[in-house]
Amino acid sequence: MLKIINGEVYDPLNGINGGIKEICIRDGKIVDEVPNTAKIIDASNLVVMPGGIDIHSHISGLKVNAGRGLRPEDHRRMVIPKTRITRSGTGYTIPSTFATGYLYTKLGYTTVMEAAVPPIGARHTHEELNDTPMIDKGCYIVLGNNEFILRYLQKGEYEKARDYTAWLLNATKGYAIKIVNPGGVENWKYGQDVSGLDDKVNHFDVTPRQILTALAQINQDLHLPHGVHIHCNNLGVPGNYRTTLETLHALEGKRVHLTHVQFHSYGGENWSGFASKAPEIAEYLNQHPHATIDVGQIIFGDTTTMTADGPWQYRLHKISEKKWYNSDVELESGCGIVPYVYKEKNFVNAIQWAIGLELFLLIKNPWQVFMSTDHPNGGPFIFYPYIIRLLMDKNFRDEMTKRVHKRVLKDTVLPHITREYSLYEIAIITRAGPAKALGLTHKGHLGVGADADIVLYPKLENKEEMFERPVYVLKEGEVILQEGQILKDWTGKTIFVELPENKAFQNEIRDDFEKYYTVEFSNYPTGLETFARYESVKVSI
Amino acid sequence: MILLKLKEKYDIPIEAEVISPDIFFDKTHTELCGLPLYYGNKEKKLGEVFEVEGEKSDQIYLEGDLSKIKKIGFGMSRGKISIKGNVGLHLGAFMKGGEIFVEGDVDSWVGAEMTGGFIRIKGNAGNRVGGIYRGTTVGMNRGTIIVEGNAGYEVGSFMRRGLIVILGNVGDFTGSYMIAGTIFVFGTLGARTGAGMRRGTIVTFNPVSLLPTFKYDTTYTPDFLRVYFHFLKKQGISIKEEYLKGPYRRYHGDISELGKGEILEFAA
Repeated sequence: MLKIINGEVYDPLNGINGGIKEICIRDGKIVDEVPNTAKIIDASNLVVMPGGIDIHSHISGLKVNAGRGLRPEDHRRMVIPKTRITRSGTGYTIPSTFATGYLYTKLGYTTVMEAAVPPIGARHTHEELNDTPMIDKGCYIVLGNNEFILRYLQKGEYEKARDYTAWLLNATKGYAIKIVNPGGVENWKYGQDVSGLDDKVNHFDVTPRQILTALAQINQDLHLPHGVHIHCNNLGVPGNYRTTLETLHALEGKRVHLTHVQFHSYGGENWSGFASKAPEIAEYLNQHPHATIDVGQIIFGDTTTMTADGPWQYRLHKISEKKWYNSDVELESGCGIVPYVYKEKNFVNAIQWAIGLELFLLIKNPWQVFMSTDHPNGGPFIFYPYIIRLLMDKNFRDEMTKRVHKRVLKDTVLPHITREYSLYEIAIITRAGPAKALGLTHKGHLGVGADADIVLYPKLENKEEMFERPVYVLKEGEVILQEGQILKDWTGKTIFVELPENKAFQNEIRDDFEKYYTVEFSNYPTGLETFARYESVKVSI
Repeated sequence: MILLKLKEKYDIPIEAEVISPDIFFDKTHTELCGLPLYYGNKEKKLGEVFEVEGEKSDQIYLEGDLSKIKKIGFGMSRGKISIKGNVGLHLGAFMKGGEIFVEGDVDSWVGAEMTGGFIRIKGNAGNRVGGIYRGTTVGMNRGTIIVEGNAGYEVGSFMRRGLIVILGNVGDFTGSYMIAGTIFVFGTLGARTGAGMRRGTIVTFNPVSLLPTFKYDTTYTPDFLRVYFHFLKKQGISIKEEYLKGPYRRYHGDISELGKGEILEFAA
């Protein structure tokens, strides 16, 4: 039993904005009151927030591991020695699993979602997540280019597509539906991409628009806790903001989450005309509260880009002339990995940096826009405190704006935005908002019944330092970090959805599995024995 | 001056990146003896492995069979290390400045990814002299390495700037993926010399079998060679009179990459 007293509490889901409030914890949950014998943490001069939630990050699975293999030089840049409690680790842009857990904890993050898992890689992902300590985690299952889905949509068999999705999410222990460049990755198997929502997918008489609307409908019909999680077509291509807006239009009225929108808000017809269209995207979102986004802010410096979007990664490889990894995931998806350096003096990179900030600042409702760097695509997650400082400190932002390529001052509206985030709003974009969008009712707030994942930050003027150095991190009521030192090697839970399933449907796909997959049908699902600790979210239709 | 004498020969490698003028120059004798070395995964003290004489100096002398001692002069930026005996892996890797002299053979990764300084080896060297560690795309960037004996595979691969001179023979993939810089080989070359090179110069005085992605340009005597030969003579290396006269066959490649690299082959 534990009681946190005198803390300045920011708990947006319960409307608490900096009030002094006692927080009582028993059995890993937040409760109304505890007896006087409870241990007390005095949080005077500290800021109390729920544990951070990262809605989109690449921390484990096939491509992350391939990225680690592709970049031995990345491991040399950051070496974390073993301590009495924690294990050793390496990696700057793609830390090894243990290091990932510790580094997130040191920022006060307690829940992280792995954003793209091809179904066949689910078991591997879960095994790796088991070895990612400290944090709770979950994963999104990539479905936008799945052979079965495409085939059912081609034949107009919507019910089968829905039953397949339900079966697949149960089998892979996923948390949400992820769509990556719908149709484009399938076309990449033939060396092509799609250029818009109405291009045809090779060998299937379907369009990206059909895939998007069908999966959004399935998401709705299955009552999944999270909206459909979309990486739009034409990532990184100048002028792609039209595709992004079209996607949003096509899915009006449905629960959608667009991810790393910074990479999808580009204007201009070619690279020399590259421009920010963040104001247009923000304008749309300000009028349409059905959609949420995460930003995918870029961080200047070295990073490793990795995505299921194979065709884009090929283009990036051609642009950057860096080494490239490409993979085709049988019947399901694809993958590409390219190391990349974002440079302050490169005007495209500088404008990308500005676009991310514009999205944060121009979208009025903080419940619609969440913190992410699309780790490690935009930059490593360890820079979140730096982004927070950019958002909260106009002077610091101006200083940075002057340092980067001069076209940012000239061509973007960023220098004219005076908005500064408050701590309350920061608590929304890093905790409460993602929790709400993910439908995690027991996370992201400090009300009675919530998981006691709590972070205590020092109250500092420099917000970067403040969010870099939590004084306490509590996981399910246990103090796992104090004054930057990890006190306990905590095993977090894996969160997945449990859907009611049409058992008869399995016979439908068994034959195709036996014929075309490299894995036996019965070996395909990930069993509960895989998990060190888990929590299933039961969904009833 | 600091003298380190190896007490006994080890079979298990010892990681000794502390043996560097940057670390030694301000240490008293007691502090020197207390510096940590890694013997396998166990920590040992410098004083346990070596007899240490002298203190507070950036002139280091080492004696004994050091073939299991790794990372000597790792990342050093000043001073001088002189070694009598064979040396282990990673000698002078990531070196920024200063000098290393070895009377004996060295193992692989001599001066890997170095950015300055001077290394001279009287004996043979292992693989990847002035090379890279796996994954890096820009290797040796400034500095000079002279090996009087033979060297192994991948000499100067991914080299960006600097000079490597091998008086003996070398193995395969010399100057592979070179970005710039100069390599002299006085002995024979292995297969696939200059594979994937973008720019840079490889000079050889023996016939070399080239990849089909190298194209013959001309036979001439480049003036810049005189400058290099002058430098090498000053280093006490005798250059045959005919090498000064030339001529040399010039090939450019690797045309499957940028194709601005050159291989000069002594033609007389």
